[in-house]
Amino acid sequence: MAKDPVEANELPAEERIKGFQEAVRGYSQEEAISEASRCLQCKNPACITGCPVNIDIKKFIWQLSKHNYAGAYFTIRLMNNFPSICGRVCPAEYQCRKACVLNKNKSSYASFEAINIHFLERFIGDYGMRNNLEPKVEKHPKFSGLKVAVVGSGPAGLCCAGELAREGIKVTVFESLQSCGGVLGYGIPSFRLPRDILAAEINYLSKLGVEFRTNFLVGKTITLKELFAQGFNKIFLGLGAGVPGFLGIHGENFCNIYSANEFLTRINLMSADKFPRYHTPVNIGAHVLVIGGGNTALDAARCAVRLQKINALRPDVQIVYRRTEAELPARRFEIKHAQEEGVRFKFLTQPQEFLGDEDGFVQKLKCLNCQLGDADASGRKRPVAIKDSDFELDCDLAVVAIGLEANQILTGLTPDLVTDKYKDIIVNPENMETSLKNVFAGGDIVGGEGTVIEALGMAKKAARAMIDNS
Amino acid sequence: MKIIAKEVLVDYAGVRIVRLVLSALEISQKVRAGEFVVVMSCKNGERIPLTVVCADPQSGTITLIFQEAGLTTKTLGSLNAGDSLYALLGPLGHPTLIKNYGKVILVGGGVGIAEILPVAKALKAAGNNLTTILGAKTKALLILEKELQSFSSVLEVLTDDGSSGEKGFTTVALEKHLKENQYDLVYAVGPLPMMKKVAEISKNFKAPVIVSLNALMVDATGMCGCCRVTVDGKIKFSCVDGPEFDASKIDWEELSRRNTMYAKKEQHICKLGF
Repeated sequence: MAKDPVEANELPAEERIKGFQEAVRGYSQEEAISEASRCLQCKNPACITGCPVNIDIKKFIWQLSKHNYAGAYFTIRLMNNFPSICGRVCPAEYQCRKACVLNKNKSSYASFEAINIHFLERFIGDYGMRNNLEPKVEKHPKFSGLKVAVVGSGPAGLCCAGELAREGIKVTVFESLQSCGGVLGYGIPSFRLPRDILAAEINYLSKLGVEFRTNFLVGKTITLKELFAQGFNKIFLGLGAGVPGFLGIHGENFCNIYSANEFLTRINLMSADKFPRYHTPVNIGAHVLVIGGGNTALDAARCAVRLQKINALRPDVQIVYRRTEAELPARRFEIKHAQEEGVRFKFLTQPQEFLGDEDGFVQKLKCLNCQLGDADASGRKRPVAIKDSDFELDCDLAVVAIGLEANQILTGLTPDLVTDKYKDIIVNPENMETSLKNVFAGGDIVGGEGTVIEALGMAKKAARAMIDNS
Repeated sequence: MKIIAKEVLVDYAGVRIVRLVLSALEISQKVRAGEFVVVMSCKNGERIPLTVVCADPQSGTITLIFQEAGLTTKTLGSLNAGDSLYALLGPLGHPTLIKNYGKVILVGGGVGIAEILPVAKALKAAGNNLTTILGAKTKALLILEKELQSFSSVLEVLTDDGSSGEKGFTTVALEKHLKENQYDLVYAVGPLPMMKKVAEISKNFKAPVIVSLNALMVDATGMCGCCRVTVDGKIKFSCVDGPEFDASKIDWEELSRRNTMYAKKEQHICKLGF
């Protein structure tokens, strides 16, 4: 008889919202082994095809169940450079766990019975990090003269840098912000991804000889042409998605209406929650609305609850979403956590107009009720606003989290770099090379917003192509 | 990021305007008139945009001029030669479109005069005839008059109290000039109410009006949207779409309201004595 899934130890919600401590404590050794032993070791493991980078999940779970932690670690590392990160942020229920044979859901995400692959990956990743397990570095002398510039220090850039550095290639990572990590640093809050995990991964790359140049905006501080002239042989562009989208409704520029990127950056990168010890301010309201239903929206909502708590306000945060709970694109895990922390959901609601006070601060959001119509191109049911159903929600702070568009600083200044109609960079899918010779790209700047693990997959492919052609 | 030289240009009646010369090789080689940098004075500091006033690619330095207003600019002003900034990023934004317009009128108010200087220099080099109007509360607060004089055919100074030049406002002088002569471009930087007034006055004349906005920013590379401003009914980001815009199309009311978004927080830290 199959055992029940092992749940990961979590900090109680009332403790969580007091600060930015990691919400999920993860598995103990016993719990990890117990969960691993639930794996049926399928003959044809579908989970592996469900993983965007095809980690040999069956094998690493088997090794884990046999207490071979180092073996499990190297099995994962073969395909994924950052198991401690992905084990925490991967939307596993939409990927590997959805493909798991134990999954009983027919919907877009896995049921709780599916093996908790992400928790196992995290356990192994953390084990490897604690024990300084690193894949053998085989520096090939033939690469000793090679120099690669990696633009952007998010998941794609870091992954590409690691792949190359391990082969003995000299890598310099250029980052425009004051610290590295990209969206892992400014976007994902530390209660989902503790900063020491990120710091450890970056530190490992430094030890491999990767040079990091922060405060450096490629395109403006230096052009691609100049990078080549400085002796870089190849360039990888991991620019990220970048530019926040807005609703385009009236009143959207009232004070206290933030993009999710801004709200999260102020808190995660600039430590605005520690104002005035840290000098960057962020406002908080008594009635916060977050527009959107993705992971970023949930991150913003959960940050807002914490800011309310820190400021001695009663938690009052609502997610406003046009569809229903079933269509929320966020991780199910985050939805659960957000609900536990007091975040409420206002489904089937379409924002119409922000109303403000005489000082220009937002006061209310005028909305329409929706119903679900036919499926749209994405396969999800289209929300249809119901006429004359308008109502108002109290709102003294709003966060707009409806997605990102491509940042065009570099592509705009590099006309030969061919982009598509969304201004994403077009690459050869075989090797991730752009229209410019020796310039490769991966992550969200290719094909739009995706997940961390998808970015890693693209970066790895680009790195392989650079290595094979050198 | 190292401070090579520091000079307090103004220290009068509680107003301090500081000039910093920074070592910044790449930026000094790249920067063009109208572009800006983002600075962080310390690890726990805020990211703020400042226009690059001049650059010397030979020595690899750039010059910034700012008025100490809030916590961040005060912290920056407390640094000395030999100290280093925590972060310095640039150049950012679109440079000013420099060409021979013909007759150009420049309006600078307060510390905004510093932002006029690089544009004046570049426009002069492109063959333009410059009329420059500078405004300050009082003579002791007026900066860069001599420097701007060298690029201008006509330079007029106005102070609120008449302690230097005429008594009055730059905008009144601007209107007088626009009535008397035809100009091909008006370029203004100063306090928001001044720029708004410049936009209003200029509506009655043919010359296009460009202003450089000093919106609040965080990353200043288009990632956060903090600096958004409505121009011609559309959302624009000052950092990547600006910082210069056609003044006649800016929603000034909205912009001035957005600039007060953290006024309460500023009061709070001032009270705490930070």
